[in-house]
Amino acid sequence: MTVTKPTGGPVEGYACVEPATVREGDTVTMDVKGVYYRQVNAAVRAAFADGATKVVLNNVNGQRYIGTGVRGKNLSIEVHGTPGQDMAMLMDGPTIEVFGNAQDGVGNTMNAGKVVIHGDAGDVLGYGMRGGKLFIKGDVGYRVGIHMKAFEELRPIVVCGGKARDFFGEYMAGGLLVLLGMSKDAERPLVGGYLGTGMHGGTIYVRGEVESWQCGNEVGVTAATETDLAELSPVLAEYCADLGMDLKEVLSKPFTKLAPLSHRPYGKLYTNL
Amino acid sequence: MPTSLIQPEFRVEIDYNKCHKCGRCVQQCGWGVYSFNERPYPDDSKCRACHRCVTYCPAHCITIKKNDLALRDNANWSPELRKNVWRQAESGGVMLTGMGNDKPYLKIFDHLVLDACQVTNPSIDPLREPMELRTYLGRKPDSVEVEANGEGGYRLKPGSGVENNVKLDTPLIFAPMSYGSVSLNVHKSLAMAAERLGILMNTGEGGLHADLYPYGNNVIVQVASGRFGVSPEYLNRGAAIEIKIGQGAKPGIGGHLPGEKINKEVSTTRMIPQGTDAISPAPHHDIYSIEDLRQLIYSLKEASGYKPVGVKIAAVHNVGAIASGVVRAGADYVYLDGFTGGTGAAPAIIRDHVGIPIEIAIAVVDQRLREEGIRNQASIIAAGSIRSSADMAKAIALGADVVAIGSATLMALGCHLCQGCHTGCCSWGLTTQKPELTRRLDPEWGAERLTNLVHAWSHELQEILGALGVNAVESLRGSRERLRAVGLDKQTCDILGVKPAGL
Repeated sequence: MTVTKPTGGPVEGYACVEPATVREGDTVTMDVKGVYYRQVNAAVRAAFADGATKVVLNNVNGQRYIGTGVRGKNLSIEVHGTPGQDMAMLMDGPTIEVFGNAQDGVGNTMNAGKVVIHGDAGDVLGYGMRGGKLFIKGDVGYRVGIHMKAFEELRPIVVCGGKARDFFGEYMAGGLLVLLGMSKDAERPLVGGYLGTGMHGGTIYVRGEVESWQCGNEVGVTAATETDLAELSPVLAEYCADLGMDLKEVLSKPFTKLAPLSHRPYGKLYTNL
Repeated sequence: MPTSLIQPEFRVEIDYNKCHKCGRCVQQCGWGVYSFNERPYPDDSKCRACHRCVTYCPAHCITIKKNDLALRDNANWSPELRKNVWRQAESGGVMLTGMGNDKPYLKIFDHLVLDACQVTNPSIDPLREPMELRTYLGRKPDSVEVEANGEGGYRLKPGSGVENNVKLDTPLIFAPMSYGSVSLNVHKSLAMAAERLGILMNTGEGGLHADLYPYGNNVIVQVASGRFGVSPEYLNRGAAIEIKIGQGAKPGIGGHLPGEKINKEVSTTRMIPQGTDAISPAPHHDIYSIEDLRQLIYSLKEASGYKPVGVKIAAVHNVGAIASGVVRAGADYVYLDGFTGGTGAAPAIIRDHVGIPIEIAIAVVDQRLREEGIRNQASIIAAGSIRSSADMAKAIALGADVVAIGSATLMALGCHLCQGCHTGCCSWGLTTQKPELTRRLDPEWGAERLTNLVHAWSHELQEILGALGVNAVESLRGSRERLRAVGLDKQTCDILGVKPAGL
């Protein structure tokens, strides 16, 4: 085990040591208990560079940036514990599965790949996300799916199983954002205010109803049609398969569709000087 | 009843005795001023005095004059304010404009003079003596160790913490101007010139066009709230990464490239569909604190293999404390953008009335970082109307490591400051995406002019250093003792840390 000195930044109570790793075939298992995030991420990148296709991280406790900037199609990371913020930021291809809750910023500016979270997740999920999938089983926080974009064949998909707070899909410019509201917390409202504010692309589906005061001025709210549900079903089928949920139950309630009224919501705001 | 109360701002006069009736003016005008029926007829109301037609008229028969209407004198209600009221009463919109603040505020640079050496402390002849303009952008460690290089000299020990610094052959870089706000040929000119000069160009928030990938070592890639064109590939191409928080021309205001300017190429580079608005609000909605900023800085470092990450902020009140937070959050440089900085599009009311002068911001940031003992942890880039090598030298003496120039580079490429960038009709082919206009700028010609400009300023800076009796630009940095104020009040002098002339 080599001890490396971090080149800057605080250590925040973590040990600056390489994680203990075991390689079996193409799978590398690491115990990252108390290991500083920089060493964890360097070890993950090194394992992939060394030809491994799967990394299992045990005892994860708040280490940030897991999978951040990692590129490659057939790679996967299994996270046991609670990963820190900005997991899978700028990720391009790999799959991450979290057995636990996740914090803020999952899938920030993500290009491609898939993140499956078997618990709850925090704020700002999928910020500026351009492609790939983000499946969360439980509740999510504020500002989920904001600035989401689509481009050519890239189309981001975010499905949240539980309930959401304010600013869901704010400034959304593309992709698909789904809220199922199947939360253990029955008291909590389905979604907060400012839903789809400034939205100018993409589609939001909410399982259940939203009130007009909850929505931004830039979105049109309609009941989802059969055609809409036909588009949505394959995504939900994949979601249910990944998270062990019942597709029939998910589809048992009517969905509300939110789509932007214009691709140019602020087109008439300005005049030439 | 007239449809508009606003009279033309300029008068286009053609001397038909000289006119060749060749129609060149009709072709050259991007604003659609001219129509042609046996001879050119100008529509004054469309003219922005960009002088493209004047420059290219083979007969030199076009004159553009200010249209001095006999509006009744009123010292309180200037003709401009009256026109603006009419404009807004007609349109109901926020007035957009391009380029920098054109109001006659006090220009502090013009009230600072550089000191010179005399008998006891002789000046240096830059024609004969070596004069060092090289500087390094990035975080420097608190101390470094050296080792023998085996040739009788010394070198920095490996792992000294300066490996990621970016070398600049002259303390000047090209300011961020996004592809979208300017044409691809402008970006190409900037990139080619930056490579030849050993400096950097900055993509702005519009992504990096694939044609510029070979120039990656001379490019700063920008990350703004809209995350346009930001991908792992993009981050890996750049020499450094910059998080844009604020802009001097419009502090607290975000970017908004209207859908009609998002053509195929811009759409590919920004990675957004054609024809939709590119909205990039001022707040990054994932940054609401210095701790959040730290998180973004380190996630970009993680994603890019620990490249230098800088943060661009606008010059505003309390900028010293803000910059201190930015440096403590792990930024390798702080980019300060001042009150008179240029822009592709901003609400005129914001551009002209919000923010503080760059001279003040440089002085207070440098002072604050020194007081906190963290000045070495980040470089300072100063921008916002650096108009000459004298402004560059004064900015460095006030505490900047490097200056950035934007408006001056566009002027080198032909810009006449007509302030119509936001319309996308630029006759000079700079701030437009119309193919018939953009092809007017040959990147090779542009790169040569930019190279000439920077060479000229660099020579002038060497002369200034010689006059000050120092032989390296890094010796001038933060050396406010070499500046004197003329006509500034005591409080301003105190904030700048500069004595009045005579003391």
